[in-house]
Amino acid sequence: MKTLTYTSLLGIFCMLAEILNLRKFIIPIALVALCVIGGLTYCDLNVHFEPFFSDMLRVDNFSTSFSLLLIVIAILLIALSYDFYTAQKDKISDYISIIIFTLCGALALVSFSNMTMFFIGLEVMSISFYILAGTNKREVRSNEAAMKYFLMGSFASGILLMGITLIYGASGSFNLATIAVYASGQNPDITFYIGIILVLVALLFKVSAVPFHFWAPDVYEGSPMLITALMATLGKVASFAAFYKLFAVCFVDAGSHFKLVIAIVVALTILVGNLSAIRQDSFKRMLAFSGVTNAGFMLFAILLPNENGGSALFFYAVAYALSSIAAFAIAIAVSKFSGSEKFDAFKGLAHKHPFSAILLTFAMISIAGIPPFAGFFAKYFILSSAIKGGYFWLAVFAIINSVVAFYYYFKVIIMMFSKPENEDSFSPNFVYITVASIAVLITIIAGFAPGVFFIH
Amino acid sequence: MLAILDVVSIKYYLILSAFLFTIGVFGVLFRRNAITIFMCVELMLNSVNLLLVAFSTYHHDASGQVFVFFVMAVAAAEVAVGLAILVTIFRNIHSVDIDDLKALKN
Repeated sequence: MKTLTYTSLLGIFCMLAEILNLRKFIIPIALVALCVIGGLTYCDLNVHFEPFFSDMLRVDNFSTSFSLLLIVIAILLIALSYDFYTAQKDKISDYISIIIFTLCGALALVSFSNMTMFFIGLEVMSISFYILAGTNKREVRSNEAAMKYFLMGSFASGILLMGITLIYGASGSFNLATIAVYASGQNPDITFYIGIILVLVALLFKVSAVPFHFWAPDVYEGSPMLITALMATLGKVASFAAFYKLFAVCFVDAGSHFKLVIAIVVALTILVGNLSAIRQDSFKRMLAFSGVTNAGFMLFAILLPNENGGSALFFYAVAYALSSIAAFAIAIAVSKFSGSEKFDAFKGLAHKHPFSAILLTFAMISIAGIPPFAGFFAKYFILSSAIKGGYFWLAVFAIINSVVAFYYYFKVIIMMFSKPENEDSFSPNFVYITVASIAVLITIIAGFAPGVFFIH
Repeated sequence: MLAILDVVSIKYYLILSAFLFTIGVFGVLFRRNAITIFMCVELMLNSVNLLLVAFSTYHHDASGQVFVFFVMAVAAAEVAVGLAILVTIFRNIHSVDIDDLKALKN
């Protein structure tokens, strides 16, 4: 609870800091404050809390672990904005405060225990994303990304609301515990099932799973790259935590009728994400489709709600989010230098700046799922629980697909280690290298000591 | 309180809002003008509001009506952001037709 309160206060402070003439200090203040909030959140682990705000929020180890991950993601990305927004210094307070409000929405999404809080959290996060996607005002592509995201997102919110309303109509409550009791009772009403289907559609949309993924590549490509990184990591992790909370904890029995549908969605998501990623020549768009494929893997956790499901999902989220941040950090530095987001921009990076090439290689290897990085163990935990749960065919299908995925992850690595076309010296700002190093370091630690990242 | 639901049963509210919701969905899917799409999204949200109030009376539970206020607040915020995005688009391409947004096609 205090995590959410302090983060909201920090967001308001950043918004007002401009009036107090603190523009230069906003990023350091935000970083220090988020570190303190992260520390306070860490103290909440293994402490039992009563529900807050008349059972709107519940703090347990699941929500605390996800909150910590979200705060770490926010810290790394706000650190990147130190250099990213050099050209727009006068708007820095708006950007940082909206990024922090995104974090507030995400924190509400991982700790809600009432549909009201779920809806508010999702909307606070989404509306902040609509604004951020369009922050590059003079660029038509950024406008278009914001518009597409807004139209699709508000449409999904409408569907989600209808779902929540039908669930309320059947069960008579917005409280998750009451709904869970109703869902496990005898013969829930037909409107309850329709409500679950509508909520499922809206959530599949938010996590960009096939067949509701069509917005993701366009929006990710058009937005400023830092915002793309924010959507692909923070937004996706928070939506998945909420998805897991609803479908693996709340609707368990009623949701079991939809197992086959979710299994088909998993297979399609992995396949379509992979096939589309192979054909891309833009690194940013490739990462967008790789995010779709990874969403398919994370959906496994929703398919198999068991006592380890939360841990497997959390570990996958850590591995995916931090590898992506490392990749995005280097990609932002490269695209800022060369002005291009295509694969060609990475040509000869290993000769120009070997350390950043090594960091990007590690990030790609981790997302691709090769040991000893976290990405391998993340896939291993998810797939082994899938085989135990009786989805052998789906696990084999996923493994074949992740082998295919090596092709496009290695494309950029080969590009980096090939001979450079020109001898321009490339010296990225230290923040990009620092952020990427921290992210890669965490994936290595997670690879060697996965137990640290389990939710007990 | 219950009297009104005795006269017009909850079933009719469900049908009416499902009908309004469907109009909204089809409007979003088939209209090409961004402002019309905004209005259709509003229609979807308002059909949900109607249903929430009806269920709230049906269950004798005020939380449904409170939820309506949250929906209204969020809808207002959403429209404010949406119109701002629309204005920036109009400044750049002088059109609000979503078919004119083609910069990001494959």
